[in-house]
Amino acid sequence: MADRIHVGTRKGLFELERRGGGWDVARTHFLGDPVSAVLAQADGSLLAALDLGHFGAKLWRRSPEGDWQELAAPAFPPKPEDAVDDPHPWSLGRIWALEPGGVPGRVWAGTMPGGLFRSDDWGATWALNEPLWRMPDRRRWMGVAGGEQPGISTVLVDPRNPADIRLGISTAGVWATTDTGASWSLINQGMYNEYMPPGQEGDPIAQDIHQLARCAARPEVMWCQHHNGVFRSEDAGANWAELTAIRPSKFGFAVAAHPTDPDTAWFVPSAKDERRFPVDGKVVVARTQDGGRSFEVLSQGLPQRHAYDLVWRHGLAVDPAGRQLAFGSTSGGLWISGDAGQSWDALDARLPPVAFVRFAAA
Amino acid sequence: MPTVSFTRALERFLPAPPATVAGATLAQALAAVFADRPALRGYVLDDQGALRRHVAVFINGRMVQDRQKLTDAVGADDEIHVFQALSGG
Repeated sequence: MADRIHVGTRKGLFELERRGGGWDVARTHFLGDPVSAVLAQADGSLLAALDLGHFGAKLWRRSPEGDWQELAAPAFPPKPEDAVDDPHPWSLGRIWALEPGGVPGRVWAGTMPGGLFRSDDWGATWALNEPLWRMPDRRRWMGVAGGEQPGISTVLVDPRNPADIRLGISTAGVWATTDTGASWSLINQGMYNEYMPPGQEGDPIAQDIHQLARCAARPEVMWCQHHNGVFRSEDAGANWAELTAIRPSKFGFAVAAHPTDPDTAWFVPSAKDERRFPVDGKVVVARTQDGGRSFEVLSQGLPQRHAYDLVWRHGLAVDPAGRQLAFGSTSGGLWISGDAGQSWDALDARLPPVAFVRFAAA
Repeated sequence: MPTVSFTRALERFLPAPPATVAGATLAQALAAVFADRPALRGYVLDDQGALRRHVAVFINGRMVQDRQKLTDAVGADDEIHVFQALSGG
């Protein structure tokens, strides 16, 4: 059972540890600085991405002994003089996802403005995935709320095959490679974005993927919290079916997939696009245990009166055993469950706005 | 030779002492500083070598004009100041 949680916030990285029956903040890092992504490695070392307001995206690595060192952050190559029709900057904005690559030393970084970078030495050096970046279709990618640029927020590596990867891009749909990024295809069918002009609602590239998750034991089963609702795929993202039973609303950002049960997933709904706070001011988690046919609304231990907590894309996490969950909000709330979401305990702290929550096995 | 000094806010992240360097343009003067302190470059310039959006540079108290190519002229006795420029909380 995981006994450590990393919480990235607008003003620092908080490291929680389980002590006896509960959890508490054990250490803080980068206090005052926005932390946008973190990846804990099996040897206890840590990669952390900062999103400094003045000085850009930075990358730090902690050794197993606990010493921090700054690494060179991923960087885009020089923009060609003739790339005048490229609407997106060739400059690293935010490191939005750090994911293990399935082979020793490999890390994938998803960024704004929609770059995918690969390191094979735990972050010491990075290379832009050129086949994705050089695709003419990239010019059709759209910016996301909170920024004018598209962003790669999800990088899902198939646990059986490190060459097989799915990307969730906001806003450019679901992209797939089966050759470690040498070639890419836009694969999602069945999603729709109702804010698009008439006739373009189902255009795969127009889909705003808020977050993807997949069942580790059955990786072909994937879940998506999409701008326009919740979707599920049973063929690794090629085809999607909308889950209309989601309650109390279909809007939200976060999704977590059960690691071994392909029928179970969790979501944290928000009222709707234009009103980004919990329905009726009640923080709840929506859980399905039957593949999305029905949902339970879980509220035990969660604030049910005048609560305006929004949970971002990476703000909900499940541990590798599928029993412990945690989520953090933009109002600085953090809740942890030890019984698959049935009941929740609030961390006794008022954190800065939470960007992500991640379990790490000791 | 011109001198380059940096906002003290940078000291939270890495050493950034004032430097006296050769250079007839802002680009040349900064390049000379970064030759000695390569880690500092990414804090001041973006991937394409332009000034970061929230970094401001003054030459003798005048804000630089060319934030992309850094072609502003620098005289032998000029003082270059690199500041941060962002509000919020």
